[in-house]
Amino acid sequence: MSSPSIEAVNLSKRYGSFSALSNLNLKIEGSKCVGFLGPNGAGKTTTLKLFTDMIRASEGEALINGISVHENKKKALASVGSLIESPEIYPALTPREALSMVAEIRGMPRSERKRKIEEVVSEVKMEEWLDKKVGKFSKGMKQRINISAALLSEPEILLLDEPSTGLDPRGMSEVREIVKSLKQKNRLIFMSSHLLNEVSDICDEVAMIDHGKLLVYDKLSNVVSRFSGAEGGAIIIDVGLSREIDDQTVSRTISSLPGVVSAEKLEGKNLRLHFSGGIENQEKLLSDLVMMKIGLISFHPSSSALEDTYLNLIKATL
Amino acid sequence: MSKPSLKSVAPIGLPSLPTSIAQVGTITKYELLNYFRSRRFFVLLIIGIVISAIFTAVVGYYGIAYLNLTSALVFYSFWWGNSITLVVILSGIFFGGDAISGEFQNKTGYFLVGNPLRRSSIYIGKWIAALTASLIIFAIYAAIAVGNGIYYFGANIPYQFGDSLVFSVLYLIAVLGFTFFFSSLFKSSSMSILVTAILFLFAFSLIELIVSRLAQIEPWFIITYGAGIIGNVLMDPYPLTQSTRGPGGREVSTFAVSIPQGIEILVGYFVITAVIGLLLFERKEFT
Repeated sequence: MSSPSIEAVNLSKRYGSFSALSNLNLKIEGSKCVGFLGPNGAGKTTTLKLFTDMIRASEGEALINGISVHENKKKALASVGSLIESPEIYPALTPREALSMVAEIRGMPRSERKRKIEEVVSEVKMEEWLDKKVGKFSKGMKQRINISAALLSEPEILLLDEPSTGLDPRGMSEVREIVKSLKQKNRLIFMSSHLLNEVSDICDEVAMIDHGKLLVYDKLSNVVSRFSGAEGGAIIIDVGLSREIDDQTVSRTISSLPGVVSAEKLEGKNLRLHFSGGIENQEKLLSDLVMMKIGLISFHPSSSALEDTYLNLIKATL
Repeated sequence: MSKPSLKSVAPIGLPSLPTSIAQVGTITKYELLNYFRSRRFFVLLIIGIVISAIFTAVVGYYGIAYLNLTSALVFYSFWWGNSITLVVILSGIFFGGDAISGEFQNKTGYFLVGNPLRRSSIYIGKWIAALTASLIIFAIYAAIAVGNGIYYFGANIPYQFGDSLVFSVLYLIAVLGFTFFFSSLFKSSSMSILVTAILFLFAFSLIELIVSRLAQIEPWFIITYGAGIIGNVLMDPYPLTQSTRGPGGREVSTFAVSIPQGIEILVGYFVITAVIGLLLFERKEFT
């Protein structure tokens, strides 16, 4: 069986003289989470709508698992769960009924429906509201049901357009956990977002778009190291410690570890490392820090590094 | 950045989906559930019952002799022939007016369209649900009319009433086809409802009047003219187009639609508007 894939081939969308998307060529294949970044009006939602046949391409093709979405939407979207632009659900229906409708449309066997609906609703923490009418729900509650609808058929591919929109901080965190858990289940997740910390936390790769044009698509660490503007293409790694660490350890020992360009102490018990050297050396660095027994409790590429990258790339196209 | 591959990869194992007909059934089922839970079904039901109550009260108060309802046919002509077109039009406005435009304005379409089903399944499913909901109200309205007819004239219901009933259903089908088409034209629910209401309650009748009386052209292209068979069939004899000499010796025609012509108009309206409406919905973008 092939791995799941989505592919844009010379995909363009024009509204009169305005070009919302211009010759997008992008192929994403395999089980991974790809963050789709760009400013408002960059073409993110347009791209996702083209992949769900909500709009028609002016030129080019959107393919899912090699099938043209426009020419054979039913087959192309068979293994896709999507959440585009915070949809509304018929207000007179309950989540159970709305999700039953989706389950029936997707041909889920009757014997599985009840269990599966309760499972996905529980995943978005809406069990108590399962049999209440959607019309009384807040925006965030509706968004949770929309997320559960996207997950219902256990799709191989998830197309998510700013899934955290309208959610409170707890809801955002829960969405992140859901997406992370989906990554463990070997799904392809293509997710647009304005939340760079969210993307840097859960995505393996990023695609950046502006003015309808793709600027970059690569592994998150590669994009950050190439475009963050950090010295020598270094990436920034935030390190969390459980206890204070002395200045000498930072300036002499840690700074001299392989790949570390510089190290600085931040407020509290955190360190910021400028690191150059790829994934393998990152693993080695993490191992070295653990061996030093300095109370390491977290280690991750800084979201501010992605922010720097984003700002550099977007600024460049203004 | 990966280079685009123009060669499609082999499709991976896909889950088995229901047939499009089964998906139409699903849409119909949940659309009906939505209608029954929403106020509009009950508002229209109440309107139908109020109209029936007014007729019942008028006939009961004045009596059939005073109203000159000399036979069952005249009774059904008075009751059914005078009111069913209004019930049909109201059904079209209530259930069809924003059936498609509402999916865009209320963004409920975004919940459905991203799923693996054809847009035509959504359109047809919603249309069947609107027809079913309308037929329930239609049936209740007919039952009250027949109940009164049996009370005053016994169980001997004239066959012409059966014909009129069938033509009314045909008119309902044509009206819903037309309202769905209009609903596909707009993205605003209120606009599509308003335009549909104006067309059916005023514009068509006005155009029919102007075209037939002033221009002396048979208004075969107006749906309400075709619906004339609903009332005409309850008249004995069936009315025919008549020409008389008016002031100045000018020939003046009073047009009456024949049954075959009426059926052609209603079927024509349904087929043309259903096809165009469906095509419009297929092409309309969720921007």
